[in-house]
Amino acid sequence: MTGAIGNSRPRPGALQGVRVVELARDPIAFAGKLLGDMGADVILVEPPGGDPARRYPPFADDEPGEDRSLYWWHYHTSKRGVVIDLDDEAGRDRFRALIATADVLLEAEPRQRLETLGIDYDDLQSIRSDLVHVAVTPYGRADPKSDLPFTDLTLMAAGGPPWSCGYDDHSLPPVRGPLQGFHIACHFAVMSTLTALLHRAISGTGQFIDVSMTAAGNVTTEGASYNWLIARNTVQRQTGRHASVNPSVETQQLCADGRYANTGVGPRQAKGFAALDKWLKELGLFAELPEAVFLELGAQHEGPLDISKIGEDDEITAIFGASRAALRLIASKLSAQEFFVGCQRAGLTAGAVNAPEEAFEDEHFKSHGFQVPVFHEDLGRDVVYPGAPIRLPECPWAISRRAPKLGEHDDEVFAELALQVDGGR
Amino acid sequence: MADALSSFRICDFTGILAGAGATKWLAGFGAEVIRIEDPVNEGRWDILRGRQPWVDERRGINLGGAFNNHNVGKLGITLNLRTEKAREILERLVAVSDVVTENFSKGVMERWGFGYERLKAIKPDIIYVSNCGFGHTGPYSEFKSFGPVVQAISGLTFTSGLPDQPPAGWGYSYMDHTGAYYHAMAILLALIHRHRTGEGQWVDLSCTDAALTLHGPALLDWTVNGRPTRREGRPHANRNFWPPMAPHGIYPSQGDDDWVAIACRNQDDWERLCDVVDEDWCRDPQFADAPSRHASQDGLDEHLSAWTAERTKFAIQALLRDAGVPVSAVLKPGERIDVDPSTGAFGLWPTVTHPEIGEIRVDGQPVHFSETDWHYERSGPCLGEHNEQVLTELLGFTSEEVASFQEEGVL
Repeated sequence: MTGAIGNSRPRPGALQGVRVVELARDPIAFAGKLLGDMGADVILVEPPGGDPARRYPPFADDEPGEDRSLYWWHYHTSKRGVVIDLDDEAGRDRFRALIATADVLLEAEPRQRLETLGIDYDDLQSIRSDLVHVAVTPYGRADPKSDLPFTDLTLMAAGGPPWSCGYDDHSLPPVRGPLQGFHIACHFAVMSTLTALLHRAISGTGQFIDVSMTAAGNVTTEGASYNWLIARNTVQRQTGRHASVNPSVETQQLCADGRYANTGVGPRQAKGFAALDKWLKELGLFAELPEAVFLELGAQHEGPLDISKIGEDDEITAIFGASRAALRLIASKLSAQEFFVGCQRAGLTAGAVNAPEEAFEDEHFKSHGFQVPVFHEDLGRDVVYPGAPIRLPECPWAISRRAPKLGEHDDEVFAELALQVDGGR
Repeated sequence: MADALSSFRICDFTGILAGAGATKWLAGFGAEVIRIEDPVNEGRWDILRGRQPWVDERRGINLGGAFNNHNVGKLGITLNLRTEKAREILERLVAVSDVVTENFSKGVMERWGFGYERLKAIKPDIIYVSNCGFGHTGPYSEFKSFGPVVQAISGLTFTSGLPDQPPAGWGYSYMDHTGAYYHAMAILLALIHRHRTGEGQWVDLSCTDAALTLHGPALLDWTVNGRPTRREGRPHANRNFWPPMAPHGIYPSQGDDDWVAIACRNQDDWERLCDVVDEDWCRDPQFADAPSRHASQDGLDEHLSAWTAERTKFAIQALLRDAGVPVSAVLKPGERIDVDPSTGAFGLWPTVTHPEIGEIRVDGQPVHFSETDWHYERSGPCLGEHNEQVLTELLGFTSEEVASFQEEGVL
């Protein structure tokens, strides 16, 4: 590997020595990044002309250009890039030579493409008998529906998450968490890869892994699936809180700075009501809230209060009502950040609804080293990237290099292959 | 079929989905996962223990449906760690485990006397993975969280919304699922590292850190271009900006709260859509090419919504699939589980037999391995179900000793 690009790795990553060949496709780019940042030698194979995602916005300094896509930069860190034309026999020979040195093939090709080209798992096994081949498709390799065109949005709609997400007002559409359809599939692709690598390390055996993107969505819906599986109940979406079979109370508070905070249902036990009562008094707001006396009642209550009795039991209804009113009143006087920190210091679980950049600039995440500078030698400057999802002290996550330019590592990688082929593989 | 992870034993203190989902993955691939629960409060440090949904009118600590769903394939023992004897039993278990893992708030394991240093003294190459909302260091490390708080703090709630509306957020604990995925990755990565080097380690997983990595290029747009996501017209979660697509959204259809997702990736998709819709507005010059459609997307959505609203979501899905346009009905739980044949055909909803609940379907895994596939036969454990088995077969106690532990309130 060449040095100087990216940042240095204090110790080898967990996947040091693992070579991953990734056939460039948007849905799996994040899986390749995760493996690369964990220390694998990821070789990204693009067709002549490059992967279309190279031309996706946003662009650095808002200037469109081949090597300026921030989308590309983000999803292809810690990878080396080569160009191979799989539609050409000479290209396929190069690909086979590459596979002979690979531990993992990660791909999201159209369902039958590799078989048609004679480079599917069965063919590749004769080249690399212990290969771990991870194939990601919309519905799995066996389902013809995998041949249908798709995007992150249509995968999510079919997989289930949007049904649960949106607003109390059902004239507004269900909402998709952007990018997450691909991310969910990538998480399963990575867990599968790691599981298979561990098995291979012990047994010497590789295998073929079939990842279904819609199935991945289906099992990432929490109560929506299990309420149906267990009781044949259908959850209904609600603003900013869990979709539920029966409506639940609001959990988002509008704060004085126009931002929101999430408090969950608020306190349920005497200690929590006491803390809220105390905080209200400290802020000098007790007199503004006549029903605050019910907080004192809640503070004397023995055992947890049964939230399902709201509306049935007058005392419980009044206590929870006072608690929500107190949180709403306090929120109206503080910024979302102040409200979040104040709640937590009072022992109440809550969170400010941050925009991503607000979280990114927060001292808490900075203290974890989450802002990671990566040197872009072509621009002559550092670019600050989001950091580690998992901090493994003995085998750390790191961005080992910026995303590759088209064919940037052709010479280097193909030279390595020649050496290794000559070396008797 | 062989199991991929059958040589590993996990001493599992996890609860709810954020932790239990991680060890469920490992158990599916054959790891021996031994769940530890507190007999005094009947395992309720996992708040799903003995809670709804239920299969019928019966209620009880072993009958909670969500708990069963997240804990299939695992063994369960009870240990009253207030007693000296239970702590000795735990030491024996740690000594024969590869991994100790939990998702308590910071400090709980330390208070029991089983922080990382102690675990390492018992087993030098132990892997310890803790998973909490904010991690064990930093200004918020003492703060409490649950899924919606992790999602709020990390920006995932904010980005899931429509313009001029409050955050819609996620209608479930997306970061309990996803935190569990990173938790499983942390365990697997640490096992891979130990296999190579012999070294264990403590992985201090912060669920909000993991969540903050899920914004795609938005954070680079901030650090490089200074462009915030909190700005006019955003978030607009059902639209696509990287790359721009138009139309791209979730549109109303006939039926009871029925919706359909439609996406045109490029000019070809748009022309195919127009062939199907074939109304005058399709030929309006303001929608003629991609840049003009992006500039007029609100108007475009109004026209398309009027067209979709007159048809059922499945009729629209059939028409646009035939035409080759990316489309999907927004499926309701019953539709994707029991109507769409693809999930059943994939084997996504395996049935387990629970000693008290009976036969019950659970979430499977969305993958298949050719040599060592996942499988779930065992249900989530009843409270203390495997006390006798684990203590005699694994830890070398006699049945008489186990009986007396039971009597003395150790188990």
